[in-house]
Amino acid sequence: MATKAFQKTYTQLDAITKATISLTAKGVSNDELAVVHGKLAQVVKTKGDVATLQVFAGTEGIPTNAEVAFLGNPPTLKVSDALSGRFFNAYGHPIDGGPEVEGEERQIGGPSVNPYKRRQPSQLIPTGIAGIDLNNTLVSGQKIPFFADPDQPYNQVMADVALRADVDKIILGGMGLSNDDYLFFKHQFEGAGALEKIVSFVNTTEEPPVERLLIPDMALAAAEYFAVDKNEKVLVLLTDMTLYADALSIVSNRMDQIPSKDSMPGSLYSDLAKIYEKAVQLPAGGSITIIAVTTLNDGDITHAIPDNTGYITEGQLFLRADTDTGKVIVDPFRSLSRLKQLVQGKKTREDHSQVMNASVRLYADAQNAKTKLENGFDLSDYDLRCLDYAKDYAVRLLSIDVNITIDEMLDTAWELFAKYFTQAETGIKQVFIDKYWPK
Amino acid sequence: MKSTGKVIGIVSNLVTVQTFGPVAENELCFIDLAGTRLLAEVIKVNGDRASVQVFESTRGLRNGDAVEFEGKMLEASLGPGLLSSVYDGLQNDLRTMEGVFLKRGEYTDPLDHEKLWEYKPLASVGDKVVAADWLGEVKEGWLPHKIMVPFTFKGEYTVKSLIGPGSYNVDTVVAVLTDESGEDVPVTMVQKWPVKIAIKGYKEKPRPDKIMRTGVRVFDTFNPIAEGGTGFIPGPFGCGKTVLQHAIAKQGEADIIVMAACGERANEVVEIFTEFPELIDPYTGRKLMERTTIICNTSNMPVAAREASVYTAMTICEYYRAMGLRCLLLADSTSRWAQALREMSNRMEELPGADAFPVDLSAIISNFYSRAGMVVLNNGQTGAVTFIGTVSPAGGNLKEPVTESTKKAARCFYALEQNRADQKRYPAVNPIDSYSKYLEYPEIQAYLEKNVGEGWVEEVAEAKNLVRRGKEANDQINILGDDGVPMSYHERFWKSELIDFILLQQDAFDPIDCNAPMERQKYMMDIVLGICRRDFSFDGYEQCREYFKNLINILRQMNYNEFHGEKFEQYREELLKTLAQNGN
Repeated sequence: MATKAFQKTYTQLDAITKATISLTAKGVSNDELAVVHGKLAQVVKTKGDVATLQVFAGTEGIPTNAEVAFLGNPPTLKVSDALSGRFFNAYGHPIDGGPEVEGEERQIGGPSVNPYKRRQPSQLIPTGIAGIDLNNTLVSGQKIPFFADPDQPYNQVMADVALRADVDKIILGGMGLSNDDYLFFKHQFEGAGALEKIVSFVNTTEEPPVERLLIPDMALAAAEYFAVDKNEKVLVLLTDMTLYADALSIVSNRMDQIPSKDSMPGSLYSDLAKIYEKAVQLPAGGSITIIAVTTLNDGDITHAIPDNTGYITEGQLFLRADTDTGKVIVDPFRSLSRLKQLVQGKKTREDHSQVMNASVRLYADAQNAKTKLENGFDLSDYDLRCLDYAKDYAVRLLSIDVNITIDEMLDTAWELFAKYFTQAETGIKQVFIDKYWPK
Repeated sequence: MKSTGKVIGIVSNLVTVQTFGPVAENELCFIDLAGTRLLAEVIKVNGDRASVQVFESTRGLRNGDAVEFEGKMLEASLGPGLLSSVYDGLQNDLRTMEGVFLKRGEYTDPLDHEKLWEYKPLASVGDKVVAADWLGEVKEGWLPHKIMVPFTFKGEYTVKSLIGPGSYNVDTVVAVLTDESGEDVPVTMVQKWPVKIAIKGYKEKPRPDKIMRTGVRVFDTFNPIAEGGTGFIPGPFGCGKTVLQHAIAKQGEADIIVMAACGERANEVVEIFTEFPELIDPYTGRKLMERTTIICNTSNMPVAAREASVYTAMTICEYYRAMGLRCLLLADSTSRWAQALREMSNRMEELPGADAFPVDLSAIISNFYSRAGMVVLNNGQTGAVTFIGTVSPAGGNLKEPVTESTKKAARCFYALEQNRADQKRYPAVNPIDSYSKYLEYPEIQAYLEKNVGEGWVEEVAEAKNLVRRGKEANDQINILGDDGVPMSYHERFWKSELIDFILLQQDAFDPIDCNAPMERQKYMMDIVLGICRRDFSFDGYEQCREYFKNLINILRQMNYNEFHGEKFEQYREELLKTLAQNGN
């Protein structure tokens, strides 16, 4: 990294851990960047004249007499329309062979939007996937993660959602992406001919984990440029936030902080909230929607990472393999979109919310019937009908390979109700039954 | 003479200051960051080192930066104009801030100093008064807002002069009081109070003796909260905590609602100030926003101000309580506040308690809950602060420090359950684990018997018992199979389902079902218990299920339609016909 004339340099380190270094230095400011032995680092703590810095690329090979040059400012990104269609690393440098982007230099991880200046999200984001559109409708300005085991095709689903969504810009923040997944996204975006509306910040598994900590702020600084300055609808994809949190715990551990649940730092909730709360519907029309991925360990959502995430985000989309049909489905029980009522029945057909609730309730009855079956009990006629319905429902609506309009989803649901149940068994308001029950 | 200091250490928002001169615990200070003044609060002093928590981002702060101590604690400004306001945790008015983004070091006045209020005096010259006595009154919306002797005044005062009726701004001197030593002190419509200290200024704090209606059946019918009572709602994410809290905010029977969004989602706050100005208060017919104050420190706002936000909210409630008003404080979520305490404790390298929370967490929580309550004022009138907090237990496990500490402090417990939420049985309040201690109060029992109906308390107990027995029957059915149990088990199970679907569940998004007045709750309870007391005869469990499903469907339609309206009566007729076919 190029050095500047006014910077202060030091050559004596006091302490080195795997992720941090400490040295005696004067006039250091909090969050300031420095170059340590050619590697980028950031001030995380000062105590008297001793400053502690986290070294993003890891401290391997840093000697005690390493040269440390302070840069005088926190991490920045140069923003302009020239970001479009480009791929960058965690520091905002191009990795696609193209030139550096010129533009206004802005600090990343900037201030929050005044909550009073926000607008209520109200624009539907249709994805064609019924497990999302019918049961967990997405709204612009929302923040929602996929909860999925590592073997689920979450990156594929996320790419599908991004490319089908009607947005002006897509910003990809890839943390710990495998090289294969990075190339997958690249090919998907190129194949869809959508490259000019996509900006990517990528940290692959080949790169040091602590670098990942910069990715969400970089991606969101770019998103804010397009949403705030250009009034565009921006969709931010963050994958995989579990690896981001792991990097947080590495740094806090090296700084001798007392860990809380699951050896995560006590500030995990605030750290994640700072990222997710950048999702916003702005008064001038621009918006930032965040779709993230949080990988789970064997479906365990009580682990600190998914647990804190669930309390921050506006719902979650839970992917799981349905053993009865062999499909990957959006689990209707564990998935939730908290903003769905802002568009259901308002931007979609009036019967939407009742149809959704009835179809999920009947699916729950099918799960009970399945438990009975597994326990060796006789099934009633109703149980058998529920089980048949559940298979149809999983294949025709819950499966992630569905791609139909919301009206088609509602019609399909009514068709399934009429095929397997009486009107009273659905428990839907009579006015809707009179209007939509297939004749 | 203000003490000064300089920054000598920074870890995130915990800053160590070398002090020159005396400083007090919880004293405020400003740290000068290249001309921007960052507000901070002293949380620990050791020799000449003070640990201060900064209410802003410390990015760019340097060792050696100057610190100026303020000689006072964090205070709330109390006066006309608090209602309908949207404040941050430090009571800055978010509406008057410039720009879309929050700027560091920007502090705005909580009250409008230009606005004129229609004032009339209540006291007379020569009156002997003490702190919290009423001197005058302005109309704030439809509410009589009392101008009081400031709570900080000690001893007895004599009213020397009073301003006459008229339109004045809040800074007008409305009275001059003479203290016991003969000194005159002016009183305006604004007073200040340190938020971490409870406002006393009342005669006594008796046991609550009425319930606060919410229109939500799991509350009012099953586990009513007292006016001046305390309750908490723990639950994993996605169980409907927020929807339930918003329902209470919309329908709670109170003069004033203060909502503290403490470390929660900004979009939830947006929902409140988008919808509340349009919604009508079911009790007064006025706009909901007119009785609501929002304190919002959303999850991305500075962590240290989260703690301040709940105290600021409580102080505003206590202020209105001293006017003889009934206030409801909703804090979502107290876990975020506890986490903020944990972050600071951690950075100060204190020895941690359970789950790395500070060891005095339990004491802090119970101290806060104890500020709620009904009070008898000096003039004999009553006021109340009812407090309902939510708790977000890590992993949905109720055996964690915040839930356990809160359970010791709050009198009502509304346990949200993942299982019920998965089945879309909303509100997902577990009917068996949840409780209201107030149901055991003789005063409350007498109130319910008088105001809801004779025998009501027993009816509630009977309904709860039926739910419990229904669950036991269901467990047996699941173990032994549909055919392995007597018919009576199926009947018992379905009777509990009837109570579940008709009385416990409620559609918060349906314009009619969302708010059930007490009279309606009693009416439906009588019908449902009437059915549960009947003996039916069925030719097998399938017939039993079909029959009850049909009953449930009819009764649900009744819930969805206007009380005693045409459709409602039609469904009642249908119900009577169906009942005539079976049982007696």
